[in-house]
Amino acid sequence: MSTVASTVEAPAGVRLPIYMDNHATSPIDPRVLEAMMPYFTTRFGNAASRNHSFGWEAEKAVENAREQIARLIGANAKEIIFTSGATESDNLAIKGIAEMYRERGNHIITQVTEHKAVLDTCKRLEKYGYRVTYLPVKADGLIDLDDLARAMDDKTILVTIMAANNEIGVLQPIREIGKLCHEKGVLFHTDAMQAVGKVRFNVIADNVDVASISGHKIYGPKGVGALYVRRRNPRVQIAAQIDGGGHERGMRSGTLNVPGIVGLGKACEIAAEEMDSEAAYLRGLRDRLKNKLESELDYVHVNGTMEHRLPGNLNMSFVYVEGESLLMGINDVAVSSGSACTSATLEPSYVLKALGLGDDVAHSSIRFGLGRFNTQAEVDYVGAKVVDIVKKLRELSPLYEMVKEGIDLTKIEWQAH
Amino acid sequence: MAYSDRVIDHYNNPRNVGTLDKTAQEVGTGLVGAPECGDVMRLQIRVNPETQVIEEAKFKTFGCGSAIASSSLATEWIKGRTVDDALAIKNTDIVKELSLPPVKIHCSVLAEDAIRAAIGDWKKKNGVGESAPAAAAAAH
Repeated sequence: MSTVASTVEAPAGVRLPIYMDNHATSPIDPRVLEAMMPYFTTRFGNAASRNHSFGWEAEKAVENAREQIARLIGANAKEIIFTSGATESDNLAIKGIAEMYRERGNHIITQVTEHKAVLDTCKRLEKYGYRVTYLPVKADGLIDLDDLARAMDDKTILVTIMAANNEIGVLQPIREIGKLCHEKGVLFHTDAMQAVGKVRFNVIADNVDVASISGHKIYGPKGVGALYVRRRNPRVQIAAQIDGGGHERGMRSGTLNVPGIVGLGKACEIAAEEMDSEAAYLRGLRDRLKNKLESELDYVHVNGTMEHRLPGNLNMSFVYVEGESLLMGINDVAVSSGSACTSATLEPSYVLKALGLGDDVAHSSIRFGLGRFNTQAEVDYVGAKVVDIVKKLRELSPLYEMVKEGIDLTKIEWQAH
Repeated sequence: MAYSDRVIDHYNNPRNVGTLDKTAQEVGTGLVGAPECGDVMRLQIRVNPETQVIEEAKFKTFGCGSAIASSSLATEWIKGRTVDDALAIKNTDIVKELSLPPVKIHCSVLAEDAIRAAIGDWKKKNGVGESAPAAAAAAH
């Protein structure tokens, strides 16, 4: 009788399950939690309370966090607006700019592998009479700057292109994109939630006008994010999307999430200090995993460029093995799949399809998201386990058998259902 | 998604994995699904020409755990049955046995299709007419 159940055992010291899905979210760093704790209990004040020490204390903590975030990205503290997360930041940036600059133009440029927070926001604006260009990406996942230049016209008010992709980790050429935007007098927003704290990101050097930031991707809390809004050269104006008490200089009303903001600030402070060494560490782990998988398996390939990529990201296709069945075999390892079967829509990843991957290969992909708390022993275990399961599932795969026999799968008349 | 114990059992220990000689007279092969849909099943049967009993059944599946389990279960169920009996297996039987959630019902449909395709191939090869089972199917 054949078995798929893995015989690879976790070595002593490796605790199961292993979390390797840090693009989805990351655990809170204990140093961040420690900084947050007093703001839940003794320092619980409302940062908008102007007439007692509870309020002053909270306000001071918020302003300190603003400084910590600004320092990480090369901004001024006054340019940081707190939000509930990067989805809100993306919505505020895109809708707020679209509304504020409506008289100047109605054209927005984005690209096809953006997060849904950007794509769906743009789709909504199309219903309100805005025109949106969705740039394609090349096979390596990056946009072509010539495409961007060609797409700009005298009605273009905003370019919104992510700094790092959440699935394949590729880093778009934001510095060049921002330069082009500034030459044409177009505002540049970037969803930087996966990039900030992971790779060098500087709003001045990278010519960024507006940037979305999240807490929980950088070992901070969920439910808190920020929006960088440039105040000089050019001064960016954003129409508020949430009305109320006029917090955050009128751009985002609502009582500030003080403990969350303190956590985001602390997470940024740690990232500023440790980013370079952490990036080298994660790159080492990532390449070790990649080498293991590539040396022991055939028909595997990396999705997206390796040259311009987040250090902790590895997105690989294990051709002729379906992604969900692979996840089932490595069920003590938390990773993500581009397979349709793991999504509610039964459609494979639109990001992978945008690279030109066939649906069959997109179904076979796994995203490994390495983070601060992963160890080499974990990587070695995960590598061995994936190799074991992929080999067993290929013994079960009619496609693998056919390819090994020299049959061209594209020549078969499949009955799609 | 949480899998039922039955799905996990078939996934961990799939029954009747393998390949039969598709050129053999007594072997019928069904290949259903498509790689771009994320599942392909190949189900093969070896039929006793005198008794029309399925003496051997083998499968290979590219697909999710539920697809693997559905095809594994299908081979288990058709072994020892006559081809006409095997055609009586319905996808809803598979759904019930494996407690498949609604989004995985297509896996059971594919397994039923695979059984029919394998038997159809064997019948074609051996000049066996579509009689009783076809009538039964039409009656639904």
